[in-house]
Amino acid sequence: MTGYHETFGRLKRTALIPFFVIGDPTYEQSLELVKTALDAGADILELGIPFSDPIADGPTIQKADLRSLAAGMTPAKALQFIGEIAAFQPVPIGLLVYYNLIVQYGTERFCRDFKEAGGTSILVADLSIDDADEMIPAVEAAGLETVFMITPNTPEERIDAIAAKTTGFLYTVSRLGTTGERNDLSDSIRPLIARIKRHTNKPICVGFGISSAEHARQVANAGADGVIIGSRIVKCIEENLCTPERIAPAAGRFIAGIKAALEAAPSGG
Amino acid sequence: MKRKGRYGPFGGFYVPEVLIPALEEIEAAFERFRDDAAFVRDLDLLYKDYAGRPTPLYLAGRFSEIVGFSVYLKREDLLHGGAHKINNTLGQGLLARFMGKIKLIAETGAGQHGLATAIVGALFGMETKVFMGRTDVERQNVNVHKMKLMGAEVIPVEGGTGTLKDAINEALRYWTAHIEDTFYLFGTAAGPHPYPMIVRHFQEPIGREARRQCLEKIGRLPDLAVACVGGGSNAIGLFSAFLEDKDVRIVGVEGGGRGLDTHQHCATLVKGSVGVLHGCRSYLLQDENGQIYETECISAGLDYPGVGPEHAYLKDSGRAEYVSVSDEEVLDVFDLFCKTEGIIPALESSHALAWLLKQKGRLPKETAVVVNLSGRGDKDAGIVESHRPLAARMP
Ligand SMILES: Cc1ncc(COP(=O)(O)O)c(C=O)c1O
Repeated sequence: MTGYHETFGRLKRTALIPFFVIGDPTYEQSLELVKTALDAGADILELGIPFSDPIADGPTIQKADLRSLAAGMTPAKALQFIGEIAAFQPVPIGLLVYYNLIVQYGTERFCRDFKEAGGTSILVADLSIDDADEMIPAVEAAGLETVFMITPNTPEERIDAIAAKTTGFLYTVSRLGTTGERNDLSDSIRPLIARIKRHTNKPICVGFGISSAEHARQVANAGADGVIIGSRIVKCIEENLCTPERIAPAAGRFIAGIKAALEAAPSGG
Repeated sequence: MKRKGRYGPFGGFYVPEVLIPALEEIEAAFERFRDDAAFVRDLDLLYKDYAGRPTPLYLAGRFSEIVGFSVYLKREDLLHGGAHKINNTLGQGLLARFMGKIKLIAETGAGQHGLATAIVGALFGMETKVFMGRTDVERQNVNVHKMKLMGAEVIPVEGGTGTLKDAINEALRYWTAHIEDTFYLFGTAAGPHPYPMIVRHFQEPIGREARRQCLEKIGRLPDLAVACVGGGSNAIGLFSAFLEDKDVRIVGVEGGGRGLDTHQHCATLVKGSVGVLHGCRSYLLQDENGQIYETECISAGLDYPGVGPEHAYLKDSGRAEYVSVSDEEVLDVFDLFCKTEGIIPALESSHALAWLLKQKGRLPKETAVVVNLSGRGDKDAGIVESHRPLAARMP
């Protein structure tokens, strides 16, 4: 079993959660890259299936989606990919996906196949708790966990409602906007985590804009259970497209650096 | 759990969490002000004195003779800005003003909604940004220029085919980062709740007036109400008044582009399948995995792979029919209509006219049709010229 409860319980520090678009830039290179991330110390993986219209994503991940789609990625191949990762090393795998891909695949079948491949949780970028009841029964039936977002503008009552529907972790963003690198971390992250903790003891992971070891350290110090790093890692792909053999080493070095920072930081959650 | 903004199984609220509070704020403001005396008075005055409502219902005599039945034009092309879009932007702009918002953003395809938003931005002194696909910026450059004249910033959107879908993606992304002081003035009766409901509301005067004018002019309801369908705002505006009149046949006309057996069309209801995009469940043009197709159609305002949820519902319930016409048929009727009526119709609206031309000889001559002439075609002269140069057609 590779559930979140066990993982967060075992770690005495903030979990390191890199994000990848499955199949970026190609299936094989992406597979090598994710394995490198595990070797470099990733505690949990957040993987995305590329979508033609990713409205929650900034330019870096939009381009990653396009590269992956151009190389032929489909939801079925993405599930196969997840199976290969799970066979390589047991690790909790959270999926980030846009709703239409699940709807077209068939919600129940998707949840079942994802679980079978070794998946842990599903976060649907464009499905809020208001409409989530059309999916939650299938998620639960498959034995998967739910992840929902809380943003800096989420009202107090809604935090309770979101936490009540969350069985995995709460995905929190440090500021308003899409995914993408930021130069500095918002000052609001510490009060936001504190605010959420007044409502719930569900694990809290912070993403969007985490771009350096310093950011990761700040997030850990603010009491997060996990730190999710997406665009900055995807950038390692974008910057090395002409020399693909350098992609995995560059990402591996970056992830190892974050890991060292988290290990040195005082315990989170 | 509440299921808001539903039209049968269609519609909904499918957006990232960060947008929910903003959509709820707009919904609450709309519910509060829609029947508020001051709001209604201000909006009616703007409709009348600024935009030019009510618009006439005009019997297009020579065109009627050609098709063999009576065609009444609902002259939305005469409105300020040249299209029905101003009905919605005045309504939402006023709502933004009542909410105390000072910045507007909008997406645009043909540039008509962008222009109508720029007009309202200038009118109310609000900073306005318009997102527009790169292809559309080129093919609708007249409107781009007009938007800039009125002080709006036009932001060209790379990505995709550079059309309406891409503009909406980018406007939504921008909005997530600026949600606190910015009002997203959405241009059509699609997208997440509450937009389909709000846009319909502000376009309802089209149908309300047309229904009354019809009774006055011909002493009865029309047999047929026809409109083009992109996202569906001008169509729902007209149709809304006739939904309960079971004897009025309702037809929406989509962009058949280069043919329904290609991917170069935007006939979403005719050829699409159900899915979720841009916040709502509706018909979409998509592949078997759920990736959205890039559409292509001569008319930028129809060039969208989705459609408003109420139209999806009207299709499935059988209350309305949805059909398509090809680019070539649109160009044919554009030419004919200019010469027979002295009116240059928007390429969008020409879709509705093209379908009527195809009904020539198929409808009894007593038939009375109301067609929404949703906009004027000055903006399209360049596109038509590039397909069918005047010089080549001169005898
Ligand atoms: C004149 C005109 N008619 C129709 C449309 C299509 O939009 P809708 O389907 O929302 O009426 C547009 C869009 O730009 C337009 O400019």
